[in-house]
Amino acid sequence: MRALAERFREILGDDGVITDPVRLRTYECDGLTVHRATPGIVVLPGTAEQIAEIVRECNAARTPYIARGSGTGLSGGALPRADGVLIVTSRMRRIIEIDVANQRAVVEPGVTNLAISQAARPHGYYYAPDPSSQQICSIGGNVAENSGGAHCLKYGFTVNHVLACEIVTPDGEITWLGGGDPGYDLLGAFIGSEGTLGIATKVVVRLTRTPEAVLTLLAAFDGIERGGRAVSAIIGAGIVPAAIEMMDALAIEAAEAAVGCGYPEGAGAVLIVELDGPEAEVRHQFERVETICAEAGAFELRVARDDAERAAVWTGRKSAFAAVGRISPAYIVQDGVVPRTALPEVLAAIDALSADYGIRVANVFHAGDGNLHPLVLFDDAVPGEGTRAEEVSGRILDLCVEHGGSITGEHGVGVDKSRYMTKMFGDDDLDTMQLLRCAFDPMNLCNPGKVFPTPRLCGEAPGVRRGVHPLVASGEAELF
Amino acid sequence: MDGGATGPAGGHGDVGAALRAACADVRPAGEGDAVSGVAASWVVTPRSAEEAAAVMRASARHDLAVVPTGAGTKLDWGAPPNRLDVILRTSGLTGDVEHAPGDLVARVPAGMALSDLAGVLAEHGQQLVLDDPTGSATVGGALATATAGPRRLLYGTARDLLIGITVVRPDGAITRSGGKVVKNVAGYDLGKLYTGSYGTLGLIVDATFRLHPLPAARAFVTAVYAGAEEAARAAHQVAGSQAVASAVEVERTGPGAPVSVAVLLEGVPEGVAARSQAVRRILGYDSQVAADPPVWWGRLPSLDGGVLVEVTFPLSALGRVLAAIDEAAGRAGARPAVRGSGAGALCLGLLPDVEPSVPAEFVPLLRAELGPLGGHVVVRRAPDPVRPRLDLWGPVAALPLMRRVKERFDPGYRVSPGRFAGGI
Repeated sequence: MRALAERFREILGDDGVITDPVRLRTYECDGLTVHRATPGIVVLPGTAEQIAEIVRECNAARTPYIARGSGTGLSGGALPRADGVLIVTSRMRRIIEIDVANQRAVVEPGVTNLAISQAARPHGYYYAPDPSSQQICSIGGNVAENSGGAHCLKYGFTVNHVLACEIVTPDGEITWLGGGDPGYDLLGAFIGSEGTLGIATKVVVRLTRTPEAVLTLLAAFDGIERGGRAVSAIIGAGIVPAAIEMMDALAIEAAEAAVGCGYPEGAGAVLIVELDGPEAEVRHQFERVETICAEAGAFELRVARDDAERAAVWTGRKSAFAAVGRISPAYIVQDGVVPRTALPEVLAAIDALSADYGIRVANVFHAGDGNLHPLVLFDDAVPGEGTRAEEVSGRILDLCVEHGGSITGEHGVGVDKSRYMTKMFGDDDLDTMQLLRCAFDPMNLCNPGKVFPTPRLCGEAPGVRRGVHPLVASGEAELF
Repeated sequence: MDGGATGPAGGHGDVGAALRAACADVRPAGEGDAVSGVAASWVVTPRSAEEAAAVMRASARHDLAVVPTGAGTKLDWGAPPNRLDVILRTSGLTGDVEHAPGDLVARVPAGMALSDLAGVLAEHGQQLVLDDPTGSATVGGALATATAGPRRLLYGTARDLLIGITVVRPDGAITRSGGKVVKNVAGYDLGKLYTGSYGTLGLIVDATFRLHPLPAARAFVTAVYAGAEEAARAAHQVAGSQAVASAVEVERTGPGAPVSVAVLLEGVPEGVAARSQAVRRILGYDSQVAADPPVWWGRLPSLDGGVLVEVTFPLSALGRVLAAIDEAAGRAGARPAVRGSGAGALCLGLLPDVEPSVPAEFVPLLRAELGPLGGHVVVRRAPDPVRPRLDLWGPVAALPLMRRVKERFDPGYRVSPGRFAGGI
């Protein structure tokens, strides 16, 4: 490690390399704080060429490396290793070009998601994917995680809005993916690979026209069931809102305690429905949504007609994760997906789990696409409660898979859920994913130990599993 | 290995027996069972993923080269395979569509025609927004070649609509990636990799898509311009307007001819009416609003067997690209018909009886013209006498990585070998 740090100082200068134990600890976790490890070395490169050199040095020293943006990830995807190098992109924050005529922007990976929209807004454009952490999360991290957000119901995810990436491959080469090049869609496979196929050093994003009209409705129901009925009826009417969000009574209670969002009193569930697009379309569809909500039993409807009113409606929803801290000493944020039509059944099953285990669960979810964010509340001072909460959290993922859904809709697998991958995928499925990984990273040094449970070595044929691999036994290779 | 035993005439009872053990529908290839002039020895038509997997395992065991085909509408696209033993027809991979209307998703067998799928989904007022430029493609074929049509402007292409896929690997393993929910980031999204891979990584047996509601109303606003620059300016202005067009298409019958622009608007009747007027204000007062598309809408510009060239470029370059096409065509003596999207993708067609030297000159000239504009030129289809004289793909930046992917998935280069970029 010491020799490597010396070499990095030659590449980056003294201020680009961190080896001081106290400063290293700043980087010991990402947004999922339960997993922690102090990195061996932290580097702060400013250019793609520097990252390529760092990667080549790591390869020569057989040292694992991990890229990190703003560290807001919620699955431990940027968890460092004591025996590894953490490559932090925070110095690569240039917006290189806002190209309005071609509806695109070229940015460095450390640029925040929101900064792109802010730069584009004066031209009447924005960057559509909007993860809740958009004020701080980096576009490089968004690319790694294929980030979504509340509005991905209509607009899709990062992968639908990134046109090209310059990357440093695990070989330490700089290459472009996408951008209209013929051949395999390596860009599509790279986005969402959680930093295991290389490091994005420039990102070309699509800019979307700022919608002519945006209307937001807050509908209050006595409970989740009626709210769910409204969601089904909206989708059934052939309407694709920009967002449909729901919160249950416990989540509302937390949000009121934290930010006093002033949602209708006595609400057992609130639904936020946002429509955007051409004025004439939005106005007409909005009337239908209001009627549908009323017919489904909404006891109060509030319409936000401008940005300030809209911000007030969204305040409660956007604060929900942090807000549960007001009503519980500790909590787990879960991220699972079910087919939207299975929501009522799955929510009832979560209720039953909650009662069985004596663990409260607050539900906040993207109702339009069945993406659940159950907040599992517990008191870590009570012996055994943390373990029970973890069990509830895991059982919720089982429910998602049983209903044909996914173990993660937007937070990623990272280190947190790699053990759940076998619930969704068989050995052959995971082996096939490894073929891609081995094509990019045959030495398995690029963010190893994430996403996959115990991958095979790249030299092995798919489908063949042995006892201890001879290279492992002889100490020449390591299974991460 | 069977040594030289690769065809029905070669004394290779083993191969035939192995294929017959794998699949009920196996026959020796006859006249016409060929891919771009390369003759096959066997034609197999598996009825299930399991049968298809057994065929792939048998092929792996006997080192047979396999080329999958659906309706065959694009079998002459790309390069010919550099060897061929088995044509694997997906026409037996049909069966039921798993349509979940409330979830706006459907799982579809690869052998199903897109047009048949449209009928099934329409019963519930839904659609897969994947325009088929050939009119009779299967789901698997459309995915393998990543074809797209006018509505790519608003909805993206196959890769943006695909949420899950089942693929039989070249070694015969049946593998899945993605799933049945739209929002899902578990594991690598291999569906992206298979889309547009020309069958070089495995056999697609089924695919799951996100769907959209059928719009209540639609309208086409069309206008004709004498000059390409004027037409391009109008198309670009519509694409950047608040009308939110589903498609902005251009059409030109040949160099110097007038350019038609047609805009598709979809939505509620009141909205479509208002937006049509907004688009007319951009296209000019000679523009027309119609309920039906122009005859050329969404169809390839080249007759069967003609040279088909796809050009992609940044949105704002449309006018310069049209000019560059004219310039290259003039110098090469070509008369390409042009159709395509304001989303930055045009198709050029040359007649099947074109003198081989014409496209051989035209394509490199076009590449030279478009390179500086950030454009790419890919020859999707070229008839036999023309093809050897063309570089079908042009430069591919990440080719070394692509080769490594191919080598991992298909180390024996046995599935659709040589059909794709860089000899993959």
